[in-house]
Amino acid sequence: MPLDMAPEGLRPDEPVSTRVQRASVPLYASRIKVYPKAVAGFFRRIKWAVLAVCLAIYYTAPWLRWDRGAGAPDQAILIDLSGTRAYFFGIEIWPQEIYYLTGLLILAAVGLFLATSLFGRVWCGYACPQTVWTDLFLWVERMIEGDRNARMKLDQQDLSAAKAARKIAKHAAWLMIALLTGGAWVFYFADAPTALQAILTGGASVEMYFFIGLFTATTYTLAGWAREQVCTYMCPWPRFQAAMFDENTLIVTYQNWRGDPRGKHKAGQSWDGRGDCVDCRQCIAVCPTGIDIRDGQQLECIGCGLCIDACDSVMGKVGRPQGLITFDTFANQQALAAGKPSAYRLLRPRVIIYSSLLAAVGLVMLGAFLTRDTVELNVQRDRAPLFVTLSDGSIRNGYTIKILNKAREERRYELEVTGLPGATLNVVGHADAAGSDTVDLAAKPDSVASYRVYIAAPQAALEDGSMPIVFTVREQTTGERATYSSVFLGSGQ
Amino acid sequence: MPTKIEKDLITGTDTTGHEWDGIKELDTPLPKWWLYVFYACIAWSLVYYVFYPAWPSLSSHTGGLLGYSSRVEIREQLAAQTAERAPFVERIRAASLEKIEGQADLLNFAIAGGRAVFAENCAACHGSGGAGATGFPSLADDDWLWGGSRDAIWQTIRHGVRNADTDSRQSQMPRFGVDGILKRTEIADIAEYVLSLSAMPADAAAAGRGAPLFAENCAACHGEKGEGNQELGAPNLADKIWLYGGSRLAVTESITNARAGSMPAWSGRLDDATIKMLTIYVHSLGGGK
Repeated sequence: MPLDMAPEGLRPDEPVSTRVQRASVPLYASRIKVYPKAVAGFFRRIKWAVLAVCLAIYYTAPWLRWDRGAGAPDQAILIDLSGTRAYFFGIEIWPQEIYYLTGLLILAAVGLFLATSLFGRVWCGYACPQTVWTDLFLWVERMIEGDRNARMKLDQQDLSAAKAARKIAKHAAWLMIALLTGGAWVFYFADAPTALQAILTGGASVEMYFFIGLFTATTYTLAGWAREQVCTYMCPWPRFQAAMFDENTLIVTYQNWRGDPRGKHKAGQSWDGRGDCVDCRQCIAVCPTGIDIRDGQQLECIGCGLCIDACDSVMGKVGRPQGLITFDTFANQQALAAGKPSAYRLLRPRVIIYSSLLAAVGLVMLGAFLTRDTVELNVQRDRAPLFVTLSDGSIRNGYTIKILNKAREERRYELEVTGLPGATLNVVGHADAAGSDTVDLAAKPDSVASYRVYIAAPQAALEDGSMPIVFTVREQTTGERATYSSVFLGSGQ
Repeated sequence: MPTKIEKDLITGTDTTGHEWDGIKELDTPLPKWWLYVFYACIAWSLVYYVFYPAWPSLSSHTGGLLGYSSRVEIREQLAAQTAERAPFVERIRAASLEKIEGQADLLNFAIAGGRAVFAENCAACHGSGGAGATGFPSLADDDWLWGGSRDAIWQTIRHGVRNADTDSRQSQMPRFGVDGILKRTEIADIAEYVLSLSAMPADAAAAGRGAPLFAENCAACHGEKGEGNQELGAPNLADKIWLYGGSRLAVTESITNARAGSMPAWSGRLDDATIKMLTIYVHSLGGGK
């Protein structure tokens, strides 16, 4: 918007965007408080629904139970840091499998890219925790201090008992929600019923109280005070979202070809020669980031669509078609402005690429989970000494093998080493099995069994300096196997 | 260089005057609360100065009210660890070597502790993991100069080899060449015979001449078939392991100059429990008898 369209001739109580309010350019800018007005409509209903679902999941998820048998936690979703396990319903993740988390993060990132390239910043507008909790805090504020005009008036008033009472009530309510938020967070890291009892009786660990306090403080600060400042100044997402947009992305759009020239409109006046925008500025009044969407796409816009609801209700009142502000694409806007038919293009290269990436990573993850074994084998070859010459001239190598038994019962595994003719196997602590081809090894439930293995082979068996060998463990009842490729090293003579 | 500061029409913000390929940098004002966060950090650093060591002086530094020092902290941590280990160490001190081997938790503790002590005191000569080097025996193979049982290893570590300790392992090989006990040709014949003992390529005629010389001069310690004698620390000459090298030249040199490696006694330097842990560790390296 050109500067000469600064708000001259506006009544003082009319909404003005923060950008216009910031008249001069000082070195440091004070925060201009945003007073979002309540609004009703289609997008507001979706926003309430998403908020309800997100909060419901957040608060109830740690209380879901999932029976894993004796000795294992029965919480469906649990990150057990001291036990070094993560549980998600039927899935149990070991620290060695942290790559599943990488997969999840890639899925989340690509999903975000796809949603953004299709619908703009819907994540920001609807599902981001910052948006959800800010919306909740705004609702509380509105309940206690009233809607936009009442809140602005209250803030301008001198301090009185009535004002203080409202402010104290609001902050108390905010702190309560923040405390419940922080309190719920720790349930994801401990058995929820036990932890709740411990917290209430003062018996929880210092760490737990610290994290409850930390998340209470951040929730209160970010959702109560910082609000849109988080999106504008702290979050990196608004800065690189533009890379996912193109002219066919649906974004919140003011149809200026239809709305301008804008101006006040009195009932009965003609609509000829002017646009549909009656300059009621309700789109600014309801905006949670305090912008004027009629300035065009801008980085503060979180794509929540509340201005659409505000505009639609006004258009209904003045008897003009709805959708003056709408989710639309830049390409379609250009076509409409030029009087051409609608031009939507959903399937663009970036949409196809993001979708295929999403599908591919999702399939890999699914495959990894479906074929996930309850046994894994790790072999560490001794590096000092690299190899040992024995008195009969044969060569011996030392290995530490770790059998990861992910089952919930004790298992017995048969260890076999292949690839080295004439080799003898010797497991420390299994003297009886010395010299045989296979050794029977036990692993406790849900734990790592570590064994020292010595392999000796005649010098003649070494065709080269090193020979590839394969360690195999086979579970004796289920037949599950895990293998590890290693090498046997000699002097190379 | 800033060339032209102008007002950006879209945002209403001044530009900095920097322009690259038509892209102009906006001079967007920093939010004030951001500045306050910076001030809060400065205030925090002042609190830090008061409580923690902060400013250097010529010979020392300001100590801070908490009296914190990272050296004191590490001393406390070491003391705490020692205290934590104390029950194990006490059990190791009280138990026999065989008993330690029989208890899994004690065995693991001894091996872990022994590994650390070995790296600090023994690895310089014997190599990491007891790999050994020319002149310094490998502790991971199945060949032992003074015995590979736990008791023998324990004895060797405590009193060492060929040192001033009255109980140290003692033996002396004569310098057959340097002291003129044998002639060069005789030494060469004995060397051929020694090579033949471990089935290495050797001149059969020379080895035949060397056999009676070996029986006369060497067999008393090294055994009639060169099988060695751990009572005397006399190496087995019939196996494939050569402490000083198994080439003709190295064997000849050994006979001519004799070999007498030494090792310090550790009983005065390491405490009993530590030597026991070291013994268990060395025994676990793969060659323990």
